[in-house]
Amino acid sequence: MEKRIKTPLMPDVVSGLFAGDSVLITGTIYTARDAAHKRLAALLEQGKELPFDPEGAVIFYVGPSPAKPGAVIGSAGPTTSYRMDTYSPALMAAGVRGMVGKGPRSHAVVEAMKQHGAVYFAAIGGAAVVIAQSIQKAEVIAYDDLGAEAIRRLEVKDFPCIVAIDAEGKSLYA
Amino acid sequence: MRQIVAGKIADTVCQMCISANYYIDPQVIECIEKARKSETSPLGKKILEMMLENYRLAAEKQMPICQDTGVAVVFAEVGQDVKILGGTLEEAINDGIRRGYKEGFLRKSMVADPLFDRKNTTDNTPAIIHLRLVAGNSLKLIVAPKGGGSENMSTIAMMKPADGVEGVTDFVLKTVKNAGGNPCPPIIVGVGIGGNFEQCALLAKRALLRPLNDVHPDESYGNLEKELLEKINQLNVGPQGFGGKTTALAVKIEHMPCHIASLPVAVNIQCHVHRHLEKTL
Repeated sequence: MEKRIKTPLMPDVVSGLFAGDSVLITGTIYTARDAAHKRLAALLEQGKELPFDPEGAVIFYVGPSPAKPGAVIGSAGPTTSYRMDTYSPALMAAGVRGMVGKGPRSHAVVEAMKQHGAVYFAAIGGAAVVIAQSIQKAEVIAYDDLGAEAIRRLEVKDFPCIVAIDAEGKSLYA
Repeated sequence: MRQIVAGKIADTVCQMCISANYYIDPQVIECIEKARKSETSPLGKKILEMMLENYRLAAEKQMPICQDTGVAVVFAEVGQDVKILGGTLEEAINDGIRRGYKEGFLRKSMVADPLFDRKNTTDNTPAIIHLRLVAGNSLKLIVAPKGGGSENMSTIAMMKPADGVEGVTDFVLKTVKNAGGNPCPPIIVGVGIGGNFEQCALLAKRALLRPLNDVHPDESYGNLEKELLEKINQLNVGPQGFGGKTTALAVKIEHMPCHIASLPVAVNIQCHVHRHLEKTL
């Protein structure tokens, strides 16, 4: 029933994902939300390198709650994606192939997804503790000053999500 | 005069922040369990089940139900025969928020300047405090952490009196439809009608504090709540915006007198992670 996929996302994996598929992601994913996206976009504009390898990368729109002592991470559900719409096409042009968030995306984002062969996954908003169980490692790799909004490298195993918009532009949202 | 020490207020607020964020309102569980049975979309049903599992896990592991532990909204009803010792009420509440968000490992989501440098205040203060001076010698506190995703989908309109019930209905439906999957449906819809511009928004927020299963004491408003809930659940937004019958769990309306020229309407959207705790000192 569920499709298991690995990161970084390869073109043949992306083309085999369809809107409505339940997916379990395993591998490395990166967190970034509003403030981090603004900085990433500025780097791309200046032709500078990103703090992670964008090739086939998956970005999870999340600002986790702090980890309790001994825990990997706190609660970690998705934030609303449309706020990242301004920045996403440039990130896809740089190589990003997966985004995880909640809620619909703009026309421009969907067009960029079709152009670059990228997929948009929805994680369940308000299922932050369930999602956190799939995160096995978390490390801040950039913008520590942003606190919850810093960029983290996450190692996930069977991270649960749904293909909300596929690389052909087919969407689950009305 | 009854004396209440500021430190006690801070302790209470601190504990309330943590509990509100770890333990879901049991009425939300009741509503979602009911909705799961009647939801016809298989994906919608699966999502509702995941939400129930999440509430259970959050309580068991003592973790925030949602990573967005919100802006700390605090309603304080201060008896006019109460004297607060050792600090101001505002300082006491903010002290409680500061400690609660630290001790509870809750996310700090406030930026000091909204427009220019947007620097995080790092302790989730300041709280948004709504004060009311009332009769008596007690202090009632309501702590209602509010997430940004659902707050962003809230709306206000200064309608014409001629717009009437139909206009209000259309506005509420349009707000919920436009919000779609963004505010983490199923949602709770708080509607404020009347007052003026700022009072109306506060009414919508206060409406969210009512028990989910209560009935409005005024029959006309009670009927309107019922009708709005039915119509909202026909919009096919569904759990997380993927379609289905479960878009809202409840609609709550609060109303107030208003100017002869006005019909203010505000809609405050609340996600399913509906957090509010009340305590009287």
